Amino acid sequence: MADRAPAAAPADPPDVTLGGAAFDALVRALDAGESVDHGGFTARPADADGDGYVVETAAGERREGLSESGLHELASEHAAAVTDWHFLTERVGEGGPRADFVRWLEGVDVHGVDAEGVIARYAALADGAAREWGQLLVSVRLGDRGDRVYEVRHADEAGADAADLDGHDDPLEARRLVKFDDDDRYRPLKTAPTLPTGWVFADLDHRGVYETVETVYPATVANWHREREGELDVNHWRETMGRQSGIYGVIQTWDRGEGHEHVNWVAEATCDDSQCLKRREWEYDEETDLDVDGGDGVFPCREPCSLVVSAARKWTKLEGETERTYEFELTPSEKEQVETIIDAVADDRTDEIREADVYEGANRYRTRFLRAKRFDEAGNLCGVPTEPDEE
Amino acid sequence: MQALVIVAHGSHLNPDSSTPTYRHADTIRATGAFDEVRTGFWKEEPHLREVLRTTEADEVYVVPLFVSEGYFTEQVIPRELRLSGWDVEQWGSDGLSADQATLTAADTGQTVHYCGPVGTHEAMTDVLVRRAETVTGDPDVGEGFGFAVVGHGTERNENSAKAIEYHADRIRELDRFDEVRALYMDEDPEVDDLPEFFESDDVVLVPLFIADGFHTQEDIPEDVGLTDDYREGYDVPATVDGVRVWYAGAVGTEPLLADVVLERAADAGADVENALESVRETTRVATGD
Repeated sequence: MADRAPAAAPADPPDVTLGGAAFDALVRALDAGESVDHGGFTARPADADGDGYVVETAAGERREGLSESGLHELASEHAAAVTDWHFLTERVGEGGPRADFVRWLEGVDVHGVDAEGVIARYAALADGAAREWGQLLVSVRLGDRGDRVYEVRHADEAGADAADLDGHDDPLEARRLVKFDDDDRYRPLKTAPTLPTGWVFADLDHRGVYETVETVYPATVANWHREREGELDVNHWRETMGRQSGIYGVIQTWDRGEGHEHVNWVAEATCDDSQCLKRREWEYDEETDLDVDGGDGVFPCREPCSLVVSAARKWTKLEGETERTYEFELTPSEKEQVETIIDAVADDRTDEIREADVYEGANRYRTRFLRAKRFDEAGNLCGVPTEPDEE
Repeated sequence: MQALVIVAHGSHLNPDSSTPTYRHADTIRATGAFDEVRTGFWKEEPHLREVLRTTEADEVYVVPLFVSEGYFTEQVIPRELRLSGWDVEQWGSDGLSADQATLTAADTGQTVHYCGPVGTHEAMTDVLVRRAETVTGDPDVGEGFGFAVVGHGTERNENSAKAIEYHADRIRELDRFDEVRALYMDEDPEVDDLPEFFESDDVVLVPLFIADGFHTQEDIPEDVGLTDDYREGYDVPATVDGVRVWYAGAVGTEPLLADVVLERAADAGADVENALESVRETTRVATGD
């Protein structure tokens, strides 16, 4: 059920009951002198010389001088519009990442809040809408009083019975859940595509869903919202590395005015979608784009992260070395095997290689054979020392 | 709205580094004193660079979960939080007395009350003592016991030693433990020679560190001689050269540290109502009665 939020619009809205909270909010707003115009339902307090409330509907109906009970009757007939107004305007509020995210989840930006928009969204929500956020599947369905109930789980478990997953209700529990991957390895990068499975937050309100998503992928909604507002503050490689100090100050020396190929390598190594689900928006500098793809993630990456900075420090040191020519004696298959081993490690595939699969170059027995044959006692490939004077 | 943001180092390698930060944030969140309580890290997410945008509050109290004033509190954190116009002179500190500075975050426009680190607050002394109570299981521990506070020396940061000395002096003034010493990992008096500095048969050893990690779980236990190999663990107490050493692990893991975080924010003007009392109550050592 992946990503089916802005759904096609069926004709009839589902049955929704006007709850006391929604109606009370409506009366409060009108009594405060505000008017409400939402989903084809328009209400306002009477002018100074009139009494009661004035209501107009998309069907062309107009009623004046309504008492509170009269207002309730009409509002009940337009319960979808009034509950939607109550939810979006009064409960969720407007502006900011949370409100934007909640609206996006149910396709407010696609369908809008006019009469047809509310009908379309309510029909979709009655079936349950779902959108993917990184490896999360975030679902929302409509309660019978127009409230929303959210669920968050791993997208790979979209079809799993919630009863088969470990249920949670406190968003902060996600901190513990996502700390290790399914192989029990620490996840230093929250947006690495290694989100563990087996859990579900099944009954969240609009605040809970935001908190849960922001706990799993911190600041992703905040930055996504800024991007939608055209206000994402991207800091490119040069300015980010130029800001570093202490042990990381050395990274600035890696940018020698000789191009940006080294940063291409960094981005390919660390920022590819196979390594991080953020969509890289930073480049070498304002004028110079990198040559590698930034990825397809929903949420943006606005500057090189601390992992990239740490790795860049190591690479700065390593890349300061002068190249040398070594001569190794290898068979063609051995040369290819070395390449296969590098690929297997780089693609984190070593766990998948079966113990007896000696047809696979990165197989353990194959690799041990290569080591037995080609390493000397000091661990030098083909007996060639790293430093020439070690011979 | 007022928010509390606790900032800490975090780690790319050690999964336990963030644990005390989360725990203290949870303790304070439960008091309801702040509309929001968030955590941000140098090495984890949300990063210091982006933590302020995770809170909706326009007034933010930032408390560094660091043991001393220095490079991180004076340069890295203010820079990464984009605190406009920050100058360490605003703290007017002698290395121990940073209180707070009110600044504006350039990217969010929030008013930020940037507080001094927890490690130099006077209430940290109480946490060190509480740590001794916790590790010995005795709320009245003191008589017959020596107390050693251990930290980095001045090699990395001269203020680190100042903080150690400061708390050692304050614990000594309590006149509760028979002897109190400040010890260091990389300078004299070195923690390696702990038995030489004490006459007491029992010594509580508390590292002034925020999180348990390489230094507190590997270096110190081996240096002191609590164990030959940290992977095999150590006894509490462990006898070294005739001294029973009650090794407490990082003081930052003590629940009462949440109180220091609150004190910092309150000193900076946060309205914490009865939260201080509540945190002291909920984090006290169970006496078993």
